[in-house]
Amino acid sequence: MSVRRRRLFNDILVNGGLLLLVLLWTVPTLGLFISSWRTRQDIQTSGWWTVFPHREWQTVATLDPKELGLDPDSVMQVEGAEGTFKELREGVTTSDGKQVIWVGNKRLGRIEVQDQVWTVTWDFTLDNYRQVLSGKDYVYKTTDGTEEVIPGDDMSGAFLNSLAVAIPATVIPILIAAFAAYAFAWMHFPGRRLFFILVIALLVVPLQIALVPILRDYSFLKLNGTFLGMWLAHTGFGLALATYLLYNYISTLPRETLESAFIDGASHFTVFTRLVLPLSVPALASFAIFQFLWVWNDYLVALIFLGGNPETKVVTQRLADIVGSRGNDWHLLTAGAFVSMILPLVVFFALQRYFVRGLMAGSVKG
Amino acid sequence: MAHVDASEKQEMGVGARFIAFISSVFLAVIIPLIAFAVIYAGFIFLRDSNAPKWVITLVAIVWGVGGIAVLYWVFNGLVERLPPAWTARLQPFVFVGPALAILVWYLALPTARTFWLSLHDRNADAFVGLANYSAIFTERVMREAFRNNLMWIIFGSTFSVLFGLLVATLADRSRWERVSKTFIFLPMAISFVGAGVIWNFIYEVRPVTVPQIGLLNAIVVALGGTPKPWYAWTDIIPWNNLFLIVIVVWLQAGFSMVLFSAALKGIPSELMEAGRVDGASEIQIYFRIMLPYIRGTIITVWTTIVIFTLKIFDVVWVMTGGQFGTEVIATQFFRQSFVARNSGFGSAIAIILLLAVIPVMIYNLRQFREQEAF
Repeated sequence: MSVRRRRLFNDILVNGGLLLLVLLWTVPTLGLFISSWRTRQDIQTSGWWTVFPHREWQTVATLDPKELGLDPDSVMQVEGAEGTFKELREGVTTSDGKQVIWVGNKRLGRIEVQDQVWTVTWDFTLDNYRQVLSGKDYVYKTTDGTEEVIPGDDMSGAFLNSLAVAIPATVIPILIAAFAAYAFAWMHFPGRRLFFILVIALLVVPLQIALVPILRDYSFLKLNGTFLGMWLAHTGFGLALATYLLYNYISTLPRETLESAFIDGASHFTVFTRLVLPLSVPALASFAIFQFLWVWNDYLVALIFLGGNPETKVVTQRLADIVGSRGNDWHLLTAGAFVSMILPLVVFFALQRYFVRGLMAGSVKG
Repeated sequence: MAHVDASEKQEMGVGARFIAFISSVFLAVIIPLIAFAVIYAGFIFLRDSNAPKWVITLVAIVWGVGGIAVLYWVFNGLVERLPPAWTARLQPFVFVGPALAILVWYLALPTARTFWLSLHDRNADAFVGLANYSAIFTERVMREAFRNNLMWIIFGSTFSVLFGLLVATLADRSRWERVSKTFIFLPMAISFVGAGVIWNFIYEVRPVTVPQIGLLNAIVVALGGTPKPWYAWTDIIPWNNLFLIVIVVWLQAGFSMVLFSAALKGIPSELMEAGRVDGASEIQIYFRIMLPYIRGTIITVWTTIVIFTLKIFDVVWVMTGGQFGTEVIATQFFRQSFVARNSGFGSAIAIILLLAVIPVMIYNLRQFREQEAF
């Protein structure tokens, strides 16, 4: 092989392999996304891939067996197909690629001639999203005229709850951790080393350890089902990591800059708020994104501390509820899943660079 | 000011002194009181209000974010009002105190309390010694959980590492690096519950007579097979767990890809050049030079995912609730602690989890510090 051909071959191999992997990784989400725009009826009866051009059997002619004078109890010949009643019920393929099929029972049935036709199932709707967000009941008319009432779901309320939980539960630990990291890095006080070792040691504690005792404290303090309880819990579980990471960053800030500020008479508080916080924006942003996504996507902590109160349920809880109790309402599940994902995806695309850093650093979370 | 010279004091009139005193008291006492009152009012509002949902959300955000800032500002203000020696002594604790208090309340004490609970019976009344621990290692359902967690650890971490490495390697040689990496990484933004829904849809099974709406069964049927319930397929226990593990591999491959990608780019090009000059093939260079060079990263990623899969909960809880032989340690912990209300047994599981995590975590932190990942 010449060098050029080999390079071309390598190129195809590399990019082909990559394309395959990307498809594997994208198709699950894509399928759900497409489904969320399809009608309830379509989702239940055909795969989401039917929105792409595909070949489907379509009836091109309907015949009445009586008119043709066919005897269902013997072998019949129709439109170039031959078979008994039983075979025709299953469908008989003719030599020109058509299918002849008996629909219905022996006495009153009809014969359909079907042909494979290129088609797309393009019947998109906003109803799934409307229904999952509004919380209203929806009435469906099935083909035989009966009405079916499908209750909606209050995802919009859950979305607001998630915001109310996630934003403070991101800002509070970062602020507390930044203050602590600054103190560890730039202030002198007795027990500094010991306290810092405590922070590092607590990095390894999995949050499962804390759930039972904290739930007892919360029952006593009446913090169960409150946003404050959630903020504090997420702060507690994220703080060790935040302090550690921010310490790593803040302790490497240029000494001269801070010292000249002290000489000018600035207090620690001023130096922290006016100098250290602005200088630490990259680290703060990286951790903020990690923490935000962690809190937004969290299910376990919400399950325990927000519990069953429908007023304060967050999106992951709501979605899990639909999975649990109405696992076959795919029109709600698909739309609901996307409602729960939209904000993380926006954050992901808008702040990808910080996102990567934050997740890498956050991977050691206990 | 609390420390005004005596001579200065005499020069000031009584009225001026009085005003100075009042304003000082006002600043030191009234402002904190107002701050606390506002914060408390916010708490009450959030607890009892029937305002529209978006108003409550807005108030909650402002109250939560603002409250913490105000608290720091108030306490710092109080401390700065003290004589300089006391300010210097106390200010560090204003900075570091809240963090320590929360860490002690939420992590340090609970570790001790959970350990204490684990030595007691289900209602935390009677001391039972190590009975809960021996039960953990003998009960059938716990053995199932350990077995499944072992599968999670082995297959979850190995496949995540392999796929991450594969993508990183391919992307490194492709013009489409950025785009392809974005798509592989994207699932990391999705919650486990969301991922559960996505994959439930892939695994959905319908009766043989109607069209399949789940992708996997549609493929199987198109190839002439019969549809299977995959993760609920009890005939193949414990291998049905693999269908749940796939979900986590799908979520985590992006993480390992990012770290490997960075590591591969960090390999000095002279190393590879030297290999080429010596006549090594690309494959030899990859396996003999590049992979050994990023060994540290591979181990870090692998151990990180090991810890992660050790604590796996959401996926299993949402997809199967532990049915069909898919119970894991964390779901057992949840079931024992919060469903069966057996706090002794649940706490013992949590302690086991902690003990299992510690060695891996310490190793990981050491690596993490060496690599200065942040």
